[in-house]
Amino acid sequence: MNDMILPARRAAQDHFRTLRLASPFQPRLEALNRREDWYGWAGYKAPQSLWDEELEFFAIRSQAAVFDLSPMVKYRIEGRDAEAYLDRLTLRDVTKLGVGRVHYTAWCDDEGHVLDDGTLFRLGPDRFRLCCQERHLPWLLDSAIGYDVDIEEETEAVAGLALQGPTSWAVLRDAGFAGSERLKPFDLADFAHEGGSVTISRTGFTGDLGYELFVPADAALSLWDRLFAAGRVHGIRAIGYAALNRARTEAGLIVANADFVTAEHAVRADRVRQPDEIGLGFMIDAEKKGYYNGRRAIEAARRNGTLRHILVGLEIEGNVPAEHAIVYHRGKKEVGLVSAAIWSPTAKRNIAIASLERPYGDTVVDDLWVEIYAMRELRYQKLMKRAKVVPRPFVKLARRTASPPGIF
Amino acid sequence: MKTWDAIVIGAGHNGLVNACYLQRAGLDVLVLEKNDWIGGAAVSRSLTPGFLYSNCSYVCSLFRPEIMRDLELPRHGLQVIPYEGGAVFTQDGDYLANYRDHDAHRREFARFSKRDAEAYDRYARDVIRQCRFIQPLLLRTAPDPTSFRPRDLGELMYLGKKFAGLTAEEMALTLRFWTMSIADFLDEYFETDVIKANFALSGIIGTALGPMSPGTAYVLLHHYMGEVDGSVGAWGFARGGMGAVTRALADSFRAAGGTIRTEAEVVRVLVRGGRAEGVVLASGEQVRGKLVVSNADVKRTFLKLVEEKELPPIFLRRVKDFKIRGSSGKVNIALDSMPEFPALPEGSPCLQADMHFTDSIERMERAYDDWKAGRWSADPFIDMVIPTTLDPTMAPPGKHFMSCFVQYAPPKVEGREWTDADRDGFSESVIAQIAAYSPGFRERIVHMEVRTPRELEAEVGLTEGNIFQGELTFDQLLFNRPVPGYAQYRSPIGGLYMCGSSTHPGGGVMGAPGRNAAAEILRDLKRGTRDMSDAHDVI
Repeated sequence: MNDMILPARRAAQDHFRTLRLASPFQPRLEALNRREDWYGWAGYKAPQSLWDEELEFFAIRSQAAVFDLSPMVKYRIEGRDAEAYLDRLTLRDVTKLGVGRVHYTAWCDDEGHVLDDGTLFRLGPDRFRLCCQERHLPWLLDSAIGYDVDIEEETEAVAGLALQGPTSWAVLRDAGFAGSERLKPFDLADFAHEGGSVTISRTGFTGDLGYELFVPADAALSLWDRLFAAGRVHGIRAIGYAALNRARTEAGLIVANADFVTAEHAVRADRVRQPDEIGLGFMIDAEKKGYYNGRRAIEAARRNGTLRHILVGLEIEGNVPAEHAIVYHRGKKEVGLVSAAIWSPTAKRNIAIASLERPYGDTVVDDLWVEIYAMRELRYQKLMKRAKVVPRPFVKLARRTASPPGIF
Repeated sequence: MKTWDAIVIGAGHNGLVNACYLQRAGLDVLVLEKNDWIGGAAVSRSLTPGFLYSNCSYVCSLFRPEIMRDLELPRHGLQVIPYEGGAVFTQDGDYLANYRDHDAHRREFARFSKRDAEAYDRYARDVIRQCRFIQPLLLRTAPDPTSFRPRDLGELMYLGKKFAGLTAEEMALTLRFWTMSIADFLDEYFETDVIKANFALSGIIGTALGPMSPGTAYVLLHHYMGEVDGSVGAWGFARGGMGAVTRALADSFRAAGGTIRTEAEVVRVLVRGGRAEGVVLASGEQVRGKLVVSNADVKRTFLKLVEEKELPPIFLRRVKDFKIRGSSGKVNIALDSMPEFPALPEGSPCLQADMHFTDSIERMERAYDDWKAGRWSADPFIDMVIPTTLDPTMAPPGKHFMSCFVQYAPPKVEGREWTDADRDGFSESVIAQIAAYSPGFRERIVHMEVRTPRELEAEVGLTEGNIFQGELTFDQLLFNRPVPGYAQYRSPIGGLYMCGSSTHPGGGVMGAPGRNAAAEILRDLKRGTRDMSDAHDVI
């Protein structure tokens, strides 16, 4: 399928000259970039940091931060059976996802192992967009057998921006997106832009007030300019991934292939995880009417108590981030690993996301320790620090959910 | 007359690996080579001034790093240079490239199919899983499943535990991998013909089977389980040609005090009272040895060098039935300038790696049909590399050495021996195919070496010209290689051992058979294997 005809195929040959694709926003990112601190994100050139990782983080928490999420993998799913198809594919109940709503969901293989997590946007009764970290076209197409549905990978065609932070709505208002004040968390709506439209959702990856905006790639720059013109007085700043990663850790959100290994990429068969093992158990609705892929295995594991892992939030004493530290019970028995850790500037606490082997982190939560190897001037300072299991998010901000949104 | 501690027949890579380990363990070892050059099928010879060929094997991945390290081959000059990608030229004037960069690889596949582009990760995961399962077996002697010796039981248990440690899904995949055709296997992942052809070639190289024959999926695995510096599945060029491998081995052997005699063809193994005592050379000279190790394939060893009456009948029958059908030939070409391939854009890295012209499974299978009929393929499958794009030592600046591995070529042409005219017809099929994609190609040719199965057998000693010293089908692997009951490098004749690719884990320039045979010999001699590294961990 999708076989390009020869001239189109030939025209695409030269891609090998540019291993890291430019985002549709690249000219604006380049202009603001003072650090040349790029990294590869799904084949795109993306900024780790544009000017100062720490200050970029505070742009998220104090003003309005713009993060280019164009490299995120996107699929357009439409057709008469789109709702039924997605209900069968994903964990959450898509029949309950209204038009103009978004939900965070995940999908699994037959053994109930998570293939990926992502956000599902209901753009119309029969029209959806699925955004995720990894690529799944064969899985999506094979799952569609028997359904009247079209699936199109549209990563390159659609540009995306996250606009996050206390003044993000003020930026939208001043940019002339009238009606954006009516967007409640996980709402989406289309707004006019340059003779076309931009889809704005009140979603994000920061735990703050924030929005995500999607436009056709050719409208990317004009959208950027519109936001930045309006945002100047609201402290709008572009940021890189390092700052976002801090914010998402504070929000307790997980990243595929950072905090868990996606099933189709796990070379070691024991690395796969069920939703209940990576903190996505809340997506499982025992009352969901439709069958979803992996349901039998997921429900059997719950029933039989065979879940082996659990993902938890940890608060660790001291102020040294415990990145990739080993978690111990009673300081001796190895029970897990930290996958993300920062000193949280917002909570003023040393926080971490960790995967533990049950019952640790589940029924046994006391006497947990992390062993931190802090390299300081060519010597490891080994620290054994007490860790406490705490609920996520680590930081809960009232402005994230306030409706109508504040202007702060 | 001097009695050597060990005589190794054949200075191929496995013979030399074996000899190195034995010499380093304190034995006084003599290697006998029939040619006036050493290297067997891992050889670089200059047949025209200024050019060096990799006459037989031409790329390197399988050679075990444990052996390189144990035998200090880098100190003796061995360098392996990884290369990028490669391409399959399509008949419509396009090509499909393989790029090392993950996303470039995906975008390239997406030119043909967006679905296949995103299917590659799962395919790669499954293949890597299988490689990880098999890799640790390469440097272990296969257990004898009928034996109750503690070591065999231990090895059997190791295998059993490894298999039992697989998930149900992995077990299913493993069995399928060992038994399926590569065409069927690829159908489970990909839909595009050229993409399937791109992967299928690893399933048929050196094998007298077509991509639709069951068992070829394993052959693909055999080509993926190598590595270049830990990068599993990667291939590289040995700097100075594949002869650099055996040159380094020979230097390492001599540095340890070993002796190599060339132009010393062994015509018979001396056997008295069921025990090998030495060998007889073509000159009639007898050379005495306490033990004899044969790097020759199992057929050549036991049907030509040992008197049949010395062998048990079932063993003899099984050796006769051992499948070692020749399926390939080699055309080595000296070029006075870099050939052009107009289908490739300027600056494409594909020129530095393996290029092919067979863009569908169907064409591959048709090429195999010719082999079945006893003819070389009219539309052959060619694995073509130009090592001089990365290795400046093999040709003068601006000039190039091109290596073409060609399949299929039958051991006999319609039942009769190959003639010089056949050989010319065979090479013409190759040149014609390349020239169809590379204008002016013929005019660049300075010299050419053509090796049909006839030449491979006569010059290298490979029975029927089979490059793996026996096919890599599952009935001839592990404890069935080369024949049941004799998979531990020993033979029915006391003091006569096998160390060639006919033994576990099989062919390719891997060195594992030579090393494993040395381990068994040292065990029999009650000498330690202290200087032999265990297989690297697969973590």
